Amino acid sequence: MDITKKRRRIALGCEGSANKLGVGVILHEGDLSDPSSCTSTVLSNVRHTFVSPPGTGFLPKDTAHHHRSWFVRVAGRALADAGLSPDEIDCVCYTRGPGMGAPLTSVAVGARALALLWGKPLVGVNHCVGHIEMGRAITGASHPVVLYVSGGNTQVIAYAEQRYRIFGETLDIAVGNCLDRFARALEISNDPAPGYNIEQLAKQGGRVLLDLPYAVKGMDCSFSGILTRVEELAAQMKAGQGKGPDGEPYTAADLCFSLQETVFAMLVEITERAMAHVGSSQVLIVGGVGCNERLQEMMGLMAAERGGSVYATDERFCIDNGIMIAHAGLLAYETGFSTPIDESTCTQRFRTDEVLVKWRK
Amino acid sequence: MTAADKQFPPPPILTHPSASPPILVTQGAEGRLYKTTHLLPTLPCALKYRPPKPYRHPALDARLTRARISAEAKVLERCWREGVPVPAVHAMDAAAGWLAMEWIEGVPVRVAINAWLGDAEGEAAPTNEKQEEDLVDLMRRIGEAVGKLHKTGVVHGDLTTSNMMLRPRGSGTPANGEPEAATQDGRAKALEGEVVLIDFGLATQSMSDEDRAVDLYVLERAFASTHPRAERLFGAILDQYKTTFKKAPSVLAKLEDVRMRGRKRSMLG
Repeated sequence: MDITKKRRRIALGCEGSANKLGVGVILHEGDLSDPSSCTSTVLSNVRHTFVSPPGTGFLPKDTAHHHRSWFVRVAGRALADAGLSPDEIDCVCYTRGPGMGAPLTSVAVGARALALLWGKPLVGVNHCVGHIEMGRAITGASHPVVLYVSGGNTQVIAYAEQRYRIFGETLDIAVGNCLDRFARALEISNDPAPGYNIEQLAKQGGRVLLDLPYAVKGMDCSFSGILTRVEELAAQMKAGQGKGPDGEPYTAADLCFSLQETVFAMLVEITERAMAHVGSSQVLIVGGVGCNERLQEMMGLMAAERGGSVYATDERFCIDNGIMIAHAGLLAYETGFSTPIDESTCTQRFRTDEVLVKWRK
Repeated sequence: MTAADKQFPPPPILTHPSASPPILVTQGAEGRLYKTTHLLPTLPCALKYRPPKPYRHPALDARLTRARISAEAKVLERCWREGVPVPAVHAMDAAAGWLAMEWIEGVPVRVAINAWLGDAEGEAAPTNEKQEEDLVDLMRRIGEAVGKLHKTGVVHGDLTTSNMMLRPRGSGTPANGEPEAATQDGRAKALEGEVVLIDFGLATQSMSDEDRAVDLYVLERAFASTHPRAERLFGAILDQYKTTFKKAPSVLAKLEDVRMRGRKRSMLG
């Protein structure tokens, strides 16, 4: 049956661009010719995370192995949670990129197998667009400036003429990568996530603000120099030589606090500049770093001054998940888009603005 | 106190009693621009104020505000000394977050060009070459100003036709608001004047071809989106840039690269 004529449309989405393996099932209801009547319901959202030991990061090979070993269990669980049989699903969606090569391919193989097994069309999805669409669906933000911050990406995005356009971005590493690697330097636990543990530790800091580089250039920013400096400060602290501006030794908590205050101030600043540029007062934060409550608080203060507000989601939707891939994939599928099996590749480089957003006016 | 003052409290320096009360000219993401006077009630000045940001840690906020005001003043001072057309710095208090500059009379180049192009449409006659020569001449003046700027070792960081003023030559008569009406004479006059570069909030000192090329690229893109009907004349800016600035050829070669890839590199990972 023609998907545009169906009143109930269901997609299963598979995500594995980094260390989270996620499979989710989403339901779109309503008449497609009347977008205001359409609703989205999360039927299931299952995730399994590959956690590496403190002091280490997740390597592509190990992460891909994790995804391969868990794919069947996670997908089976997602179907069971949704209470569906495979024939009720309209399409299978998967992350085409951007992300780490080996984990992406493992999940693409899994998604392809499901599509062939069930005889369903396959839909390749841009990971960043998945985050944006899920954030919009959950928060109801209609036309926000989007700050997308995670372990692999840092972008300020606004929608214009059927593209999510990148107004600003990192010139080197992602903000989440900066936080993750700093956690390694201090051997902070990666469970549940290094960023979460930095946030908790930072709450005990705040006595002093250590001087770190501040690297904003227009609407772009850079984090590698900050990482180098904060790693140096961490090494000095371990050697018992680190002294704060008040002459007293600083602690790991002070380092976490200073790092957060500095990098988040940069993110809020470039977001504010983009908001002024496009004349918007709504801001939506997506991506794993978007869970951070201090970042949400700072963004809220900025938005309030501009007479607007901040929209953010919790870890179920901020952190990589399958449901966002299902949702964005289904939006594209409803406009007639699908990915033939022999073109169902993945790619580490896939810019947000390459996607034609046919489902928005 | 007006409603605007309540929403955007002015800096303490502007709260003293004065014969001519300050006027809030623009409110951007970064800061605010006031029109006020300096030393004499007859000497107008532009005061740029960077208010504290409530989301930032106070120590970080103070450090950034001080560094940015002082960097902008240094860049302006350097340009002014070397004859680049920029506003002169009158006074500053970096810790308090303000910088007082010469007030530039005239209209933004964007307004002048659009008014001129708008008139051409109104007359329903195609612009002839002689008339177009006036616009080309303005483009040359823009190219010259940017060439001088780059020669000084400064890149602007946000070159647009909104960040350039068209100051009437030898003006004792401040032009305010719209340029003159569309008489044949007035139309030619609308594009007369000296191009003055303003808003150095994102400027940096740099001698690299890449930074200079990105500066030109930003101007090119801004020009194309603001004045699509005059886009084909953009070449005149680059021609004059080449005449003014002897290192221009390597910058223009770099500009080709930047055009190919856009301002951003392609995303990795």
